[in-house]
Amino acid sequence: MNTELNKPATSLVNKTLNLALWTGAWLLATALAVFGPQLAWDFQTSLTLAAVTLQLAAGGGMALACVQHLRGLDELQRKIQLDATGATLIAGMVMAGSYQILEEIRLITFQPEISHLMVAMAITYMCMVFRGYRRYQ
Amino acid sequence: MKNHLKVLRAQRDWTQAQLATVLDVSRQTVNAIEKGKFDPSLPLAFKIARLFDRSIEEVFLDETT
Repeated sequence: MNTELNKPATSLVNKTLNLALWTGAWLLATALAVFGPQLAWDFQTSLTLAAVTLQLAAGGGMALACVQHLRGLDELQRKIQLDATGATLIAGMVMAGSYQILEEIRLITFQPEISHLMVAMAITYMCMVFRGYRRYQ
Repeated sequence: MKNHLKVLRAQRDWTQAQLATVLDVSRQTVNAIEKGKFDPSLPLAFKIARLFDRSIEEVFLDETT
């Protein structure tokens, strides 16, 4: 009851690593699409289009890797992920609704940016996953 | 939901990790089921019952009745 039956765990590790790799690739492709036009090729349309296409392709790969990762989880792990995803979605909607009016009502002086919301959602997601794993320990 | 999973596992002298491997779930899931913190799906409940050669009612106790 050892090495042969440990395959599912190994498979999940591989799927998690695969997701991490695709996430890293998407991050690099996003950096290239954002900074490349300004710093590397002086806004040449064809290169910018190629960078954006690469970013979208990496994003698609990340999404597929995420689906494979979720399929590799067992039912409790999926429940934890589902709870975290739901909470993040609702928190994201609430935060976006408030955040976008902060500048209009002059509570902040800077322009609200989508990246701030993405960071807030990522933190929410991590906290909820951590809470889920603690809850079922 | 209460259950006899811990007793059944102990009778076979299995660790949570070994049972988890046989059931194709994580050790945390076995632990959560044993403690009654997580109710397994019907397919997993059947799998557990079959593994211990019992009926579902012999493994899991419905506290509402």
